[in-house]
Amino acid sequence: MGKANQEIFSETMQELAATDRNIIAVTSDSRGSGKLVPFGQKYPNQIVEVGIAEQNLVGVAAGLASAGKKAFAISPACFLTARSLEQIKNDVSYSDNPVKLVGISAGVSYGALGTTHHSLHDYAVLRAINNMIIVAPADNFETQQAVRHAAALDKPIYLRFGKKAMPFLNESNQSFEFGKGRIVRKGDDMAIIAAGETVYPAWQAAKTLEEEHGVKATVVSMHTIKPLDTQLLDELLANGRPIITVEEHMVYGGLGEACASYLFQQGAKNPFHIMGIPDEYTITGSQEEIFNHYGISRDGIKAEALGLLKL
Amino acid sequence: MTNKELKLKSVYLRKNILKYIYKAKAGHTGGSLSCVDTLNVLYNRVLNIDPQNFRTPDRDRYIQSKGHCVEALFVTLADRGFFPESDLETLCQHQSHYIGHPTKKVNGVEQNTGALGHGLSICVGEAIAAKLDKKNHRIFTLLGDGELPEGSNWEAFLSAAHYKLDNLYAILDYNKQQITGSNKEVMNTDSVHEKLEAFGWAVKEVDGHNLEELEKALNNGPLEDGKPSFIIAHTIKGKGVSFMEGNIKWHHGVPSPEQFELAQKELDEAGALI
Ligand SMILES: Cc1ncc(C[n+]2csc(CCOP(=O)(O)OP(=O)(O)O)c2C)c(N)n1
Repeated sequence: MGKANQEIFSETMQELAATDRNIIAVTSDSRGSGKLVPFGQKYPNQIVEVGIAEQNLVGVAAGLASAGKKAFAISPACFLTARSLEQIKNDVSYSDNPVKLVGISAGVSYGALGTTHHSLHDYAVLRAINNMIIVAPADNFETQQAVRHAAALDKPIYLRFGKKAMPFLNESNQSFEFGKGRIVRKGDDMAIIAAGETVYPAWQAAKTLEEEHGVKATVVSMHTIKPLDTQLLDELLANGRPIITVEEHMVYGGLGEACASYLFQQGAKNPFHIMGIPDEYTITGSQEEIFNHYGISRDGIKAEALGLLKL
Repeated sequence: MTNKELKLKSVYLRKNILKYIYKAKAGHTGGSLSCVDTLNVLYNRVLNIDPQNFRTPDRDRYIQSKGHCVEALFVTLADRGFFPESDLETLCQHQSHYIGHPTKKVNGVEQNTGALGHGLSICVGEAIAAKLDKKNHRIFTLLGDGELPEGSNWEAFLSAAHYKLDNLYAILDYNKQQITGSNKEVMNTDSVHEKLEAFGWAVKEVDGHNLEELEKALNNGPLEDGKPSFIIAHTIKGKGVSFMEGNIKWHHGVPSPEQFELAQKELDEAGALI
């Protein structure tokens, strides 16, 4: 088992800051949750604290980016992508200031802290904004790569991380590029497309499907939600196999609907199902309890797959 | 209830805050201990509310803007009879409505808070509505000092003064600390008294652990007619437990079994001296 992706984010930030004084972390009383306390101690001149003021956070980061700094604006995803949405739309995307927005403890990572602290809307609202790349890495490898690539990128980007320790998925596939899905398991019978912390249960489901039912599934870590890897989708839809998408997001407006929109417009007839959080008052509990309740688990995804395969 | 009983209640509520945080293995310990005296006074001396008939239109409103200190609110509501205290055994558990922030699914909770910087604007709306309807109930909110930098607070400060909302009372739980460190390190809130006066509010500073002072400030009508009232309650984060007081790691620290026992003992000893 690896570490939490947000730990890797912090380690990579330190690695980058060691040789690049233009790397700036902007925080809103969020450096503890962002695991950036050591970063702040090591590079006190490369951290700007704005206090609990997320709109100011994004505006200040836009100014820093405009002045040539590699500004990472770091705050819980729930506040960053809701409260600061107008700053994101106007001061980052529209004005093309290459801020790296970092949403931490995303999705339902905060569990029993409830809906105020969940971000089940972030893919949807950011997908609806032009000039925004959206990335949710699945494991520590993808996280490290995403942070390095983001630092070098001259475009607005949103990186989404969770709190939970993540295993290493498919160490033999060590390729990473924004906009290119990473295949973490290969099989011809069906495809499961997931992002972020849901890739692991998708992978577990695929493993059990093979062991218990002889079903071979491809599992894609679609870390870049936008722009979507349509080339890979073309390949997956090819033999009409069932496709399931899984995301730690509301079923509206996220990864699943992005895939569905593309596939339908290609005339695809594949059996297709979107797994995520439904449009209801979210059940309370820990991330794991919420996942299990909505079937975002090995067994839940497996059951859905068997249903689509009519097995 | 006598003043002595009210003081004993503060000790009891502190013990309960720790008891349920310890059970749930989660919670905002320091900030709950710093604001619980204010809640005790509000719910037992100030607010005109009926636990059996909570949603009557003429009730006083209390909206906790620093929603993360929900444990202080829940134990106070339970003690006041809004729900059986045993409900709190389920705090933060799967399918429980007693989660880590206030929600209206719990009897006695006015609004769903938890994202900071929302409570005051809602209070402004409630206060304007009360004025329009010529009602006499009062509207209270509790703000954290770390919460103050949210821009929405300052938008609401302006509108409350603009509409002369003297039925509105904002209490600042001024423990001078937040998550990362002190306000001074994170975002300076010095001269908050002068700032609020400049924004058109009447301002009073009290010892936020002195129940009589709190009651006097909250129960004698607006500090000034025609102005919203801002009560700066000077408090100590983690108040009542020696090793938690002023120690930032208790913002959302959960006590170990030994620390829990020690804290209960300290609080019992403090209670015995009242
Ligand atoms: C909009 C928003 N941003 C960030 C947070 C995360 N958060 C919860 S409590 C807290 C610190 C609050 O400090 P303060 O208001 O001083 O409360 P206290 O110290 O009294 O607990 C933060 C940053 C939040 N709940 N809402």
